[in-house]
Amino acid sequence: MAFTSFSDFIAMGGYSFYVWLAYGVSIVSVIALITHSVLTRKKILKQVEQRLQREKRIKAANNREHSL
Amino acid sequence: MWKWLHPYAKAEHSYALAGKLMPWFLVLTIPSFIIGIVWGLAFAPADYQQGDSFRIIYIHVPAAMMAMAAYSTMAIAAFIGLVWQLRLAEMAVAAAAPVGAIYTFIALFTGAAWGKPMWGAWWVWDARLTSELILLFVYMGIIALYNAFSDKVLAGRAASILTLVGVINLPIIHFSVVWWNTLHQGATITKFEQPSIATEMLIPLLIMIFSFATFLGVMILYRFRSELLQREQHRAWVIKLVQIKGRG
Amino acid sequence: MNPRRKKRLLITCSLIFGLSLAMGLTLFALQQNIDLFYTPNEILEGKNETGVKPEIGQRLRVGGMVLTGSVKRDPDSLKVSFDLVDNKAGQVTVYFDGILPDLFREGQGIVAQGTLKSKNSVDAFEVLAKHDEDYMPPEVADAVKGMSNLKTEQ
Repeated sequence: MAFTSFSDFIAMGGYSFYVWLAYGVSIVSVIALITHSVLTRKKILKQVEQRLQREKRIKAANNREHSL
Repeated sequence: MWKWLHPYAKAEHSYALAGKLMPWFLVLTIPSFIIGIVWGLAFAPADYQQGDSFRIIYIHVPAAMMAMAAYSTMAIAAFIGLVWQLRLAEMAVAAAAPVGAIYTFIALFTGAAWGKPMWGAWWVWDARLTSELILLFVYMGIIALYNAFSDKVLAGRAASILTLVGVINLPIIHFSVVWWNTLHQGATITKFEQPSIATEMLIPLLIMIFSFATFLGVMILYRFRSELLQREQHRAWVIKLVQIKGRG
Repeated sequence: MNPRRKKRLLITCSLIFGLSLAMGLTLFALQQNIDLFYTPNEILEGKNETGVKPEIGQRLRVGGMVLTGSVKRDPDSLKVSFDLVDNKAGQVTVYFDGILPDLFREGQGIVAQGTLKSKNSVDAFEVLAKHDEDYMPPEVADAVKGMSNLKTEQ
């Protein structure tokens, strides 16, 4: 362990602002990347699903027209 | 070999393979990230000159290295995609670009936050920093170009060409600190010499590099699968997949 | 390989080759401009390859090692002066009025930006510390002191 206490650890030998800024921004960017990737995938799946349902409805409507 | 590779050139098989590989990369990423970051932040000794500010190295160096590794991967994929007209390779280019861009941004930002207390400036227009900034712009250019076309076949080709154009930047970034007088120091870890960092500081650094590499793998595989779904959305296998998901 | 694929391979390869050639030539032409700084020896004797000497009054950066014992601080203000040396014969005095970076110390690599005041002195408005790629704990650094851990920057 390089630090004697937890407050020592937070202080980072006087460089707390720079160290935590660097680590904080990095973590936030990684989380943003993960979120974006997950949302993109969900969006695509939803789009396909909606398209399929639409096609199903159109098909059903056509069938009804023909049966009349 | 071609016989063995051939099925993976089919979208459905690649989708399944990527899905099988992803958890393995994820299983490697999470523990190595936790161990690496705790070791680097709390257990590695402080540097004799830079004190605790040197701990920024544990994200700066892995991010910079893997940003370049991601680009090399993209360049190889772009080359294969252009010559053999393999759409899957072009999708891999599109999948990797945002991950590489984020890594480059992290490398630049952590570098600035490290440069301010140590060098005395957030930013200096030296050859290393400038070429790294150009890498970020190239990444953003590739992403923008790929999204600018609604015809994804054309988009893939345009993005691949831009990727190959930008590959010249890689040796410039790598050798900038050797070729020119820069404020940025030389490489700490090189393949051929003993690393100029004490062992107890080196081990967590290597763990973090490994973690960034496997996370790069996870993200590329994940985004590659999304890319596949998007571009093959009218194919039977995607429809089947969505229907199964919808029922479950 | 079928002919169409061969053609694409040829086009792609020539694209890469042409671009790297263009880039290589550009960088070669720009070589002295990409260097971030002059070394003290280059200020006195001119650049290594081209022999170009900076003129008095020119804005430039000078990079070198702070000569031990040369740092003179003004007790009433932030004014400071120090000599920069390199691994050749060059020695340049830098005058600076401001806050020095944390890494500034004797024997440290420094890059100063300012104007050339006389043949061998620079009026700096910015002083940046350049560190090397060696990282080690303080105990190790003490142990190797006097060995080659303080490399001159070049």
